[in-house]
Amino acid sequence: MANQVNLKINGMPVTVDEGSTILHAAKKLDIHIPTLCAHDDLCVAGNCRVCIVEQKGLRTLPASCAVPVFEGMEIETNTLKVRQARKHVLELLLSEHRQDCLSCYKNGNCELQNLSAEFKVNGSVFMDLVEDHRYTIDHYSPSIIKDDSKCVRCQRCVRTCEELQKVSALGVSGKGAEMKISTFLDRSMNEVVCTNCGQCINRCPVGALVEKDYIDQVWDAIADPKKHVVVQTAPAVRVALGEDLGLPNGEIVTGKMAAALRRLGFDSVLDTNFTADLTIMEEGTELLMRLKGALVDKNPKVTLPMATSCSPGWVKFIEHKYPELLPNLSTCKSPQQMFGALAKTYYAQKINVDPANIVSVSIMPCTAKKYEAQRPEMRSSGYQDVDYVLTTRELAIMIKQAGFDFLSLPIEHTDSFMGVGTGAAVIFGATGGVMEAALRTAYELVTGREVPFQHLDIMPVRGMEGVKEAKVLLENCVPAWSFLNGAELSVCIAHGLVNADAVMKLVRDGNPHGWHFIEIMACPGGCIGGGGQPIPTNIEIRKKRTDAIYQEDSNLPFRKSHTNPEITEIYTEFLTEGPCGHKSHELLHTHYTERVGY
Amino acid sequence: MENKSLNRVELIFEPCEGMDATLASVFKYSNDEITSELIDSGLRGRGGAGFPTGMKWKFTSATPGDEKYVICNADEGEPGTFKDREILAKVPEKIFVGMAIAAKVIGAKEGFIYLRYEYKFMLKELQERVDLFNDMIKGYIDFKISFRIGAGAYVCGEESALFESMEGKRGEPRNKPPYPTISGFRGKPTIINNVETLAFATMIVKYGAEKFKSLGTLDSRGSKVFSVSGDLPNAGIYELELGMTLQKFVDEFSDGDAKAVQVGGASGFCVPRKKFKDTIIGFEGVPTGGSMMVFNSTRSMYNVLHNYLEFFVEESCGQCTPCRVGCQQLLKGLKAVKKGEKPESYLEDLLKLSRSMQLTAKCGLGQSVGNSFASIVENFKEEMVY
Repeated sequence: MANQVNLKINGMPVTVDEGSTILHAAKKLDIHIPTLCAHDDLCVAGNCRVCIVEQKGLRTLPASCAVPVFEGMEIETNTLKVRQARKHVLELLLSEHRQDCLSCYKNGNCELQNLSAEFKVNGSVFMDLVEDHRYTIDHYSPSIIKDDSKCVRCQRCVRTCEELQKVSALGVSGKGAEMKISTFLDRSMNEVVCTNCGQCINRCPVGALVEKDYIDQVWDAIADPKKHVVVQTAPAVRVALGEDLGLPNGEIVTGKMAAALRRLGFDSVLDTNFTADLTIMEEGTELLMRLKGALVDKNPKVTLPMATSCSPGWVKFIEHKYPELLPNLSTCKSPQQMFGALAKTYYAQKINVDPANIVSVSIMPCTAKKYEAQRPEMRSSGYQDVDYVLTTRELAIMIKQAGFDFLSLPIEHTDSFMGVGTGAAVIFGATGGVMEAALRTAYELVTGREVPFQHLDIMPVRGMEGVKEAKVLLENCVPAWSFLNGAELSVCIAHGLVNADAVMKLVRDGNPHGWHFIEIMACPGGCIGGGGQPIPTNIEIRKKRTDAIYQEDSNLPFRKSHTNPEITEIYTEFLTEGPCGHKSHELLHTHYTERVGY
Repeated sequence: MENKSLNRVELIFEPCEGMDATLASVFKYSNDEITSELIDSGLRGRGGAGFPTGMKWKFTSATPGDEKYVICNADEGEPGTFKDREILAKVPEKIFVGMAIAAKVIGAKEGFIYLRYEYKFMLKELQERVDLFNDMIKGYIDFKISFRIGAGAYVCGEESALFESMEGKRGEPRNKPPYPTISGFRGKPTIINNVETLAFATMIVKYGAEKFKSLGTLDSRGSKVFSVSGDLPNAGIYELELGMTLQKFVDEFSDGDAKAVQVGGASGFCVPRKKFKDTIIGFEGVPTGGSMMVFNSTRSMYNVLHNYLEFFVEESCGQCTPCRVGCQQLLKGLKAVKKGEKPESYLEDLLKLSRSMQLTAKCGLGQSVGNSFASIVENFKEEMVY
């Protein structure tokens, strides 16, 4: 146990661990100190100065988020001096912030707005500084809009990009009045190393970083009688959407969401889980083929370990930072893009609609998916496979705009076909989930038996640890895979690009751990912590969403991708050569591109 | 209050003869003897903040750790300050010896002199002299001094921003605590002292505390090197005993028409003529890192303040709200009052803001902008408005 420190806040004694901050100690006493630059996921910055307090014996007012406590410390959080200074700080922030709150995308979910309301600050006591700067809005990225005129320079985005993602697309440039959050040579976000992961958006307290929204385009498509609008929803959406609609963290809203989508006017309400299962079939087969190529055929061109490719933020990361490792990346498209390619081919045929008239919409926990949908490779149906990608947040906005009461909606099911998914698909939403799903299928394919874990729950690959490893022994294999007899499959799972970076360094340096298969998700916690999920985020919220994901998995009748009846159906009637066959390669696999390093 | 007459002193610029002998004499003392002597001398940091030097050394010595550093802050950037340049040019060996003594006390193997970008022209000669010194010191201690050059940012004179800059990062002040005595350069215990402080440390250890202590006042022991500039016939660098009144200073140096003296540079205080008699230059009165700027009646104090604020608007690192935005507001507001776009009463709002900046800014830069703002606005209000 850490050493204990006794101090007083507002006259009340409190004991906390040595090294705790004043802010932490105040929380223990349920004393509210307002903050802005502080964030649970990030290192201390101490730069906004909103959380200042009075410390006995000190002339200045220290930032409570940044100052560690000491024995006998005496703190006051609510003195005239503190209130006046805090109000000044907020008024200064407002004076350099474009106050177009009514038309701001973050209206109603803005920390500066909340603080201003809390302290009833006078937004016009100081002179407007916005006009003194020539701000331009960077809206060139398909995923992220960056508006410096709203930036409060808290640097949460910079810390996110550096600490959590190891991308550092965003940094600080200039000093004094010219200090701002910038990219390499002030280029647009789509011309730099940005992976579009959107983690900066999740932590921006104001409207300086927001997703590029496609809500109006989707409404237009729905209203167009000539268009058949299909919608798919990613697994992580159903455990987070409720948060933006008045429900607690980690509430599963799968059925209500299906009902809502139908009421919004989507013509086909389908499920990305179907193509998540399909991904397992394709990616699992690809892995086994690579293992055979390496172990049996001794083919030097076969690259191991193989890494997953479902997370478009991760894919762009490796294209920028480790282009020499692109052969390690699975050629499988992400479930969203497999779905898109099939929606305008297989599905169009089945429902007898001209694919030119299909508008394919996806609801994703992710902003990188917006970019992914616009990649030039993603047109294998002959059209742009996925037309519009909306985040979980944008879907919540549409539901609110439509005006119906989400909480009282009935539980409905998605349409069939391409609407059924297994538990293995659901867990794609959490770190370790793709690995678990792949193992459930691959192990059974190779050995003819279920994975040797109780209730199919492969616990070693679950959890919030940044890098996880596991080994699975393959014994008594079926004849087709007998060459794997006795082999120990070694896997690695990383989430958050900072961890992906650490894993890739090891792979580049010769893969000392002997991994065969690596799962990487760009966002902390996996898709449940995606850049398109409801704001705020922190480790507690992500854990609740993860718990919900595994709950949903255990509730489902089918929990292994290869047992999905719709998967059997598509390989019987459409992808007749089976996984990784010719047609699969045409529609479901892709290639990658080396990109700039800055 | 105790005050002194104006006395010129020659301690710092006493020629550097027999440095080898000085080293030999210094290195015979124990670490405790050295820190005690420094504490006893009453030497306080000469960069402006005035932290007792002996205490700083003692704390750093007490922090456990094998890797420690000694850094000389030669980022002399305060407007109106140019005395460190003279010390570096004339008696750099005193700085080197001071660093070596500090290194002995804390057990540092490496020392750095962080030289402001604008003094790069001095580097060639300084490098030659430090090379000789590094050779000479080998017989006493395993310690080597090298130079690091700043990139021209004023804020990098703030010690923690200086460390960031030396580590190759953006020069921004860190949160304190921890202080450098615990976590400084590369996160290791570090002594960081101003050029003049290190030179004085050498002289105190050489001659003993008594000689230094006999000068100055109780709060402000010893002498200090001043950079004297402005409306006066003999601008230059003068070593003076601390504790004189500003009146005595002005009587000695000004052209007879001084209306105000800016003590301590742009981040210091403006003292108007009527307060010269009651203002002591020193830690009990108005402290200074050395800058003394004298303005006569031909000067517009509005222009002086405008100039300082423009400086701060540009030289704030920009990370904390009070400094980044506050400086812009003070400048913009001051101009608006002058132009009549804001009422005279707006100056009161700005004064309140400047006080909040003193309380809330993250580092000394932002905290001290209010010093010149309040002292100029309060003493020369009519010049701000009309």
